[in-house]
Amino acid sequence: MKSFLRSQWGPGAVALLLALFLFIFLVVPVLRVIYVAFQDPNTGALTLVNFADFFRSSLFQESSINSIYVAVMAVILASFFSLPLAYFTTRFNFGGAILIQTLGIVPLIMPPFVGAVAMLLLFGENGSVNLLLDEWFGFTIPFMEGLNGVILVESVHYFPFILINLSAALNNIDRAMEESAQNLGASGIRLFRRIVFPLAMPGYVAGASLVFLKVFDDLGTPLLLNVNNMLAPQAYLRISSIGIADPMGYVISVILVAFSLFSLWVAFLALKGKDYATVQKGGGGLMKRDLRTWEKIGCYAVVLLVLGLVLSPHIGLALLSFGTVWSFSVLPDAFTVDHYFRVFSTSSQYINNTLLYAGLAAAIDVVLATAIAYIVWRTKLVARKWLDYVAMGAVAIPGVVLGIGYLRTFHAFDVPIIDKPLATWWVIIVIALAVRRLPYALRACVAALQQISVMLEEAAENIGATKARTVRRIVVPLMSGGIVAGFVTSFATASVELSATIMLVSAEADAPLAYGIYEFMQSAAGRGPGAALGIIAVVIVGAATYVSHRVIERGERKRSAEVALPAGV
Amino acid sequence: MKKFCVNRSLGFIGAVLVAAALVMPFQARALEDKLIIVTSYPPDTTVTIKKAFEKVHPGITVEMLKKKTTAGIKYLQETAAKNTSDMFWASAPDAFEVLKGDDLLQKYTVKVTGIPAKVGAFPINDPDGYYKGFAASGYGIMWNTRYLKAKKLPVPGEWIDLVKPIYHGHVGMSAPSRSGTTHLTVETLLQGEGWEQGWSMWKDIAGNFKTVTERSFGVPDGVNSGQFGIGIVIDFFGLSSKASGFPVDFVYPTVTTLVPANFAIVKNAPHPKAAAAFIEFLLSPAGQEVLLDPKIRRLPVNPATYAKAPAGFPNPFKDKSIGAAVKFDLQLSKSRYNVVNSLFDVMITYRLADLREAVGAIQAAEAKLKGKSNAEAAGLIKEARALVAAMPISAAKASEKDFNKIFKKKRKKATTKVTGRQAEVEREWDAKVTANYAKAKALAEKAASML
Repeated sequence: MKSFLRSQWGPGAVALLLALFLFIFLVVPVLRVIYVAFQDPNTGALTLVNFADFFRSSLFQESSINSIYVAVMAVILASFFSLPLAYFTTRFNFGGAILIQTLGIVPLIMPPFVGAVAMLLLFGENGSVNLLLDEWFGFTIPFMEGLNGVILVESVHYFPFILINLSAALNNIDRAMEESAQNLGASGIRLFRRIVFPLAMPGYVAGASLVFLKVFDDLGTPLLLNVNNMLAPQAYLRISSIGIADPMGYVISVILVAFSLFSLWVAFLALKGKDYATVQKGGGGLMKRDLRTWEKIGCYAVVLLVLGLVLSPHIGLALLSFGTVWSFSVLPDAFTVDHYFRVFSTSSQYINNTLLYAGLAAAIDVVLATAIAYIVWRTKLVARKWLDYVAMGAVAIPGVVLGIGYLRTFHAFDVPIIDKPLATWWVIIVIALAVRRLPYALRACVAALQQISVMLEEAAENIGATKARTVRRIVVPLMSGGIVAGFVTSFATASVELSATIMLVSAEADAPLAYGIYEFMQSAAGRGPGAALGIIAVVIVGAATYVSHRVIERGERKRSAEVALPAGV
Repeated sequence: MKKFCVNRSLGFIGAVLVAAALVMPFQARALEDKLIIVTSYPPDTTVTIKKAFEKVHPGITVEMLKKKTTAGIKYLQETAAKNTSDMFWASAPDAFEVLKGDDLLQKYTVKVTGIPAKVGAFPINDPDGYYKGFAASGYGIMWNTRYLKAKKLPVPGEWIDLVKPIYHGHVGMSAPSRSGTTHLTVETLLQGEGWEQGWSMWKDIAGNFKTVTERSFGVPDGVNSGQFGIGIVIDFFGLSSKASGFPVDFVYPTVTTLVPANFAIVKNAPHPKAAAAFIEFLLSPAGQEVLLDPKIRRLPVNPATYAKAPAGFPNPFKDKSIGAAVKFDLQLSKSRYNVVNSLFDVMITYRLADLREAVGAIQAAEAKLKGKSNAEAAGLIKEARALVAAMPISAAKASEKDFNKIFKKKRKKATTKVTGRQAEVEREWDAKVTANYAKAKALAEKAASML
């Protein structure tokens, strides 16, 4: 018993530090803004009357139903996009698997404003597709009307969460499991349904719950498509109009947070009582099978179809960035590279800042996420699950709320030596990005940890390794797939974040790319340059993603070469 | 207790982060004279004017901090205790009213001469001397020429044109609660036509809406890309889109208000002299001329500058029809500001689908009725129209002081007595409005089935 207590010391201290970080940079700033929800708007006294107002309003009831409907539909559509991509690239020897995996992540990098503009130009009522349909067949399809548009754009935008986490999980399944099933006579669909998919479940649930939460809480897409009757836009519209005292916006924020935590808890329950860990870490991932020619053609056709659809915003964006005037026509009137020349002179500073901020934020995220995942799933500390809940709560905090909270909390605090308020120092942007993107890294790391059997760690400790050494040498290397998945998602999404950033940028020299795009997208002449800047962001983040994929793959090949012999024995 | 805890731990984290600061190259800046302007304007405007200004004042480096108008206000409010900004520069006069009300602006007396007291019916400068107008803007109608041609729609010229059934589903606009200049358009029409009549006209126009955009720039963006054909926009959005090569055009209807776009010095500005120099520059003949740049296209407030404008450029000082039809009553507008915003959102923005269906059904029934005489159907249609037009509150109520307190956006003192909450009032309105729209639709459909 004594040794148990002692072994909890290290994790305890780490947990305390994590809790402190979350308390200072998430809980306090958010509370300083949303306490308004619990105040009587007239007297300032504490009350729940605002919540009563919320539940009685038919507009808010309708908004809640719309939000849930859109989130569920987006998860379903996103699953259709991601299943074939994840399955084909991990199960078969498939040329260009890494390229496909990388392209599959690109949709996450949808720069603000321009992404939706590009989608409207392609799929809108008078977009390219409908103009052609109308000309050839005399009918149009309302892809982008009302909630349809939100579902389509959201699922295209967020399906990589499922793709990344599911691929990582598929790669983590032990080959021995599959071989045993095959020895027992299972194959084909049955093998997938009974063995492979269930074992990959933590990854799928991690991805699907993120998609659900993100779509549920996202306000950028509905706003850009001018859909108001959903919860997040209702909250935003109320918070961001001049004057901040209308409590309903904050009531909605509180409800969003509560609902997000609830759905997270449901996801917990879904995985509870099942063991997804496999002890052997032999050949590294599933057996890859060669495809017959006709199978290959079929797979490529499906993959190309999915990629074509999910990359359409970026195809539209590229056309926009090279086009002169694009108005009520299938393609731009003419093509030019002028927009790129216009942004190149100014964009290097934006690019540097973006790489610095998003890189630092993602690094902070994976460190925090690994630590939180370990503490929640491997220690017996009191209230450890709350770390997970609080960190995940960040997913539901609107960026504006966090931004205002930071200004309110940290403006009075001067950073020593540089002598200016913490709220106007660029580091605060990094912290804001890290806090906002922590949930992505966290879900990826938790999923990875769930697939590792605790017996591996016990074995290491039995032969004399300390806790710290076990974490460093056993846990972290085995989690590497999940950690990289977490880094990539955090990095890619942080690099195009705008809503908190725009509140916190206090000098032009500190501004990231998303801010530059926002600037351009305020004027008619800025649409092309804004799109060009968006393409630059996509290319840079895409390249970074590709490189990190290559790095893991090399690492994995090296590792599997090292263990090939014992595994074979 | 909480505060104490935060400050202490911040010290610790601050110390850790200092190390990172020391290696950051782009933080170091020379101590030369600077000017920090918080603005909502796009780079097309800011960069062009910054360059022109720095040419005249080579010693001053201008830094433009771009924030949406609402975000800019909040930024200045939250940072007021240790202000680092010199100027606020944006379009909507009401944004400056908010800052003035919070005592965040500095008075300044302009030295440049030649700027008249009024443009249209609106005073150019704040009568209290806090903020100054540097350009004028009016609302109007812009349209996409390709779109109108493809859909065989006529070019609209007046607000009343937009009520016509032919434009059903082709019009876009922003909401007054989202954009201060849109608010002025809504208010102008309400003042020009009267409360009941004005709202009825807005709802008839809104019945033809394709969408209500979240940002004011969403409207020109939608027209430029052809998402909808006709937009209700502020003039420079239309004029600069046209100048950028988009197949669009713009017209001022007779009932419009010209309002000044403003700038002001922030209280406790670190560089008040540079800020003053910026004001003087932009109001000087050289500064006013920059506004004519095709990417900016704003109406200068110095009448002499129009001599250098391209042919066909609107001149409100000469063409008295622009913005002169309505004598805009600023006090009346102020007395019901938030109520008008809230009414528009409840009746139009959030219930656009219901309103569109009701108006669509009425338009269809009226088309069927044309040339026939059926008193009963005509009566039903009239009733349906009245239901759509019905207002939850009267003009007198909208300007009532006590009622407006419910909508006050600033935290009230505990001593002010207010009965009712905004959410409560809006819920009541919403219930009435949705019931009316549904009933109007049913009546119109009944009328149509009788013809």
